[in-house]
Amino acid sequence: METLISKFKKVAPKAALLMAVAAGAALQGCNKSGGESDKAVDSDAASAVYVAPGEHDELYSFLSGGFNGQVSVYGIPSGRLLKIIPVFSQFPENGYGYNEETKPMLQTSHGFVPWDDLHHPKLSRTDGMADGRWLFVNGNNTPRVARVDLKTFETVEIMEIPNSAGNHCSPYPTNNNEYVIAGTRFSVPLDMKGGTADVSMEEYKDKFRGSISFIKVDKEDGDMELDFQVLVPGFDYDLANGGKGPSNDWVFFTTYNTEKSGTLKELGASQNDRDYLAAINWKVAAKYAAEGKAHEMPANYYHNKLDHGSFQAKSEVKKTVRYLLPEECPGMMYLIPAPKSPHGIDVDPSGEYMVVNGKLASSLPVFSFSKMQKAIENKDFDGEVNGIPVFKYESVLQGEVKEPGLGPLHTEFDGKGNAYSTMFVSSEVVKWSLKDLQVKDRIPVYYSPGHLMIPGGDTEKPYGKYLVVMNKITKDRFLPTGPELMHSAQLIDISGEKMKMLLDFPTVAEPHYAQAIQADLVAPNSVKFHKLDENTHPNAVKNEKDVSVTRNGKTVTVKMTAIRSHLTPDNIEGIQVGDTVLFHVTNLEQDWDVPHGFAVMGANNAETLIMPGATQTLRWVPKQEGVYPFYCTDFCSALHQEMQGYVRVSPKGSNVPIKFRMGEKKPVPPATASVN
Amino acid sequence: MKALSRVLMIIAALSLGLLFLFPMWKIYLEAPQYPEGLEMHIWVNKISGSSESVLQNFNILNHYIGMEPIHAESFAELKIMPYIVVFFMITGVVVALLGIRKLIVYWAALLMLGGAVGILDFYLWLVKFGTNLDPTAPIKIPGMTYIPPLLGHKELLNFDALSLPSTGSIGILLAIVFAGIAFYVSREKKIREKITA
Ligand SMILES: [Cu+2]
Repeated sequence: METLISKFKKVAPKAALLMAVAAGAALQGCNKSGGESDKAVDSDAASAVYVAPGEHDELYSFLSGGFNGQVSVYGIPSGRLLKIIPVFSQFPENGYGYNEETKPMLQTSHGFVPWDDLHHPKLSRTDGMADGRWLFVNGNNTPRVARVDLKTFETVEIMEIPNSAGNHCSPYPTNNNEYVIAGTRFSVPLDMKGGTADVSMEEYKDKFRGSISFIKVDKEDGDMELDFQVLVPGFDYDLANGGKGPSNDWVFFTTYNTEKSGTLKELGASQNDRDYLAAINWKVAAKYAAEGKAHEMPANYYHNKLDHGSFQAKSEVKKTVRYLLPEECPGMMYLIPAPKSPHGIDVDPSGEYMVVNGKLASSLPVFSFSKMQKAIENKDFDGEVNGIPVFKYESVLQGEVKEPGLGPLHTEFDGKGNAYSTMFVSSEVVKWSLKDLQVKDRIPVYYSPGHLMIPGGDTEKPYGKYLVVMNKITKDRFLPTGPELMHSAQLIDISGEKMKMLLDFPTVAEPHYAQAIQADLVAPNSVKFHKLDENTHPNAVKNEKDVSVTRNGKTVTVKMTAIRSHLTPDNIEGIQVGDTVLFHVTNLEQDWDVPHGFAVMGANNAETLIMPGATQTLRWVPKQEGVYPFYCTDFCSALHQEMQGYVRVSPKGSNVPIKFRMGEKKPVPPATASVN
Repeated sequence: MKALSRVLMIIAALSLGLLFLFPMWKIYLEAPQYPEGLEMHIWVNKISGSSESVLQNFNILNHYIGMEPIHAESFAELKIMPYIVVFFMITGVVVALLGIRKLIVYWAALLMLGGAVGILDFYLWLVKFGTNLDPTAPIKIPGMTYIPPLLGHKELLNFDALSLPSTGSIGILLAIVFAGIAFYVSREKKIREKITA
């Protein structure tokens, strides 16, 4: 098969499309015959990924779930799924987005949006290295950037991005989290009030603009704040990556549709031989913004934060946004011509080389940062777009990797001078050298790869042992499960000269990008349980003696506790049809991994899962009279099945008084035991 | 009694202060579902655990078998014991100041007696908690009692219980040892005094 592929490579530039079909057929043919694909797996692959029972993986890896709006956490090298973190999606498993505390997280200027298209996880950084504190992710559909706290593996902040559409080019943290940068994928006609204008599609070329947002991150607690935006020409902004070392102050963006075509982009956006790599000096931009070059316009966007102590999310609506215009800010932004509709932009560990993956191009251009600096000095420009200087291609080009494969999408680095690029069309990972731009090795992947990830591969010191390549289409790697199959990722050993396939593992929804980090930087900080003493939820009850059921008009507030193996109270009467019942359940446990669930028959939202020491609220509106059981949904002890109770619902206007109890006599519950 | 002996006696008295700085006894519970184990620490004046919430988790486990919740208020002894320790510390210093050699023996003997009574009292607690079970407890195993070991380990259902004296108790041991040395040193001095006389 190796020889087959290399033969294809030789004629590749001439017959790309034909090739794609042929390569696909050849690969499938190999698989069917069985033998060939097995050869890609080394005989010691099993021991390389084996993590014995009770042992821990070397690395945490965070894979985006794409259209499920979630992040999934895998152990590397075992490929074992450790957790699913809901970010932009409601999650019945734990009530995220369903319970009263977390509903505000999903509020946007478009209302409650309980879903998004999550593409890129990016770890927070200190001195250019992942520090294991937070994970930033983007919501592509309804432009949002979220922050996940790696102490609790929970989404703690979501901020909507105004003047943006298709937040794909996002979120890229600078090397000390000064900013998280987010670019719009779709340009739109901005109405300069935080929304889009009612404009004919014919006016695309004149009225559509893009925006790049600079989100400030608080050094201590990670809180985000939209500092300013740069309004950019009406292209599509695809991906971004920050510089490092000498290029520390820069961030680079790939663009496509520089043709500004408004329809049938498949053709319309593929006409120019060259689109652009946009380079922005974020320090210069921040300086301009601070010096008063920024304009202000009305805006309307949501900023949602989850409070640590009270477990409650609160939304704030922001009403203005500041913006910079590149034409007014010389030295802030430049354009580098890049081959046809580029996708990934990746900066090597030294910060000198910018690799642009032109998905329709036959070669991989590598740009030089030092040449770019020289070109700025010498004003080596080839015209300008909207007042933004465009470099001469040759003056910034280091060289091109010739015939790397078909459909390059993304590149990461091993820290030993090698780059690895995914080839979507020819379905392989290609290893090449930054020194001489020659291809060194290639390995087929099954089937079409999108992103690839080397732990720390976008930092100064990649952990060059493994490579994870994420496939877009899985086909026959696993037992079939109907028309829809699990997506998959593959783990490849890159420690030696030749790449070695180690493992296939299924992923949740479609993984786009991933980041990985040494377990030691995250695991020691993992929260085991919340301290009950520090719970500041206004409706928390920390002692079973203090539980209550109170009526205020048509709202009944139940302050309840959960502990192995009972809910207090477990009998509630006096509720009426049509009442809004708020069950505020506090989990009194102070032990690791002992959440309690709470669910009521016929509830129209979900259950809620309450972590030890936390309080969560489930809203319930009974529609019929009767007796409704409630119970704990998370098997918590030998007497879990007994962890249940009843609510009596009487007709509207009935005179059954509010009454509640737990146990026949005054209980002496274990939770009342004092600590000292 | 010469200076060295008095100093040693003061050290003996102060050694008891360890009882306020460290637990005097620890009970460890281990089971597969508690890989980190549960540790109960018994101090001269309080009960705690290896972490803040251990006692609550002890009690959650114990409530299945109907054992009474354990907390500091369950033991009147915890209120009295600090005074007894302070009494010994003060009297130890007084013995050193008075310099009457015989008193060292009485002081040490009384301390040992106090220790023995303490251990007996501790054993009685264990029996009381391990056998005085709620008849309505959810889990009942005929003939089973849950008295933890006084010293060493014992299987209790799927838990391995280990009970050992801890750093605080070394204070008592040190007090007795230093008192012994103080006694011995003063004897040597006496002999030498006689000779030189
Ligand atoms: Cu439960």
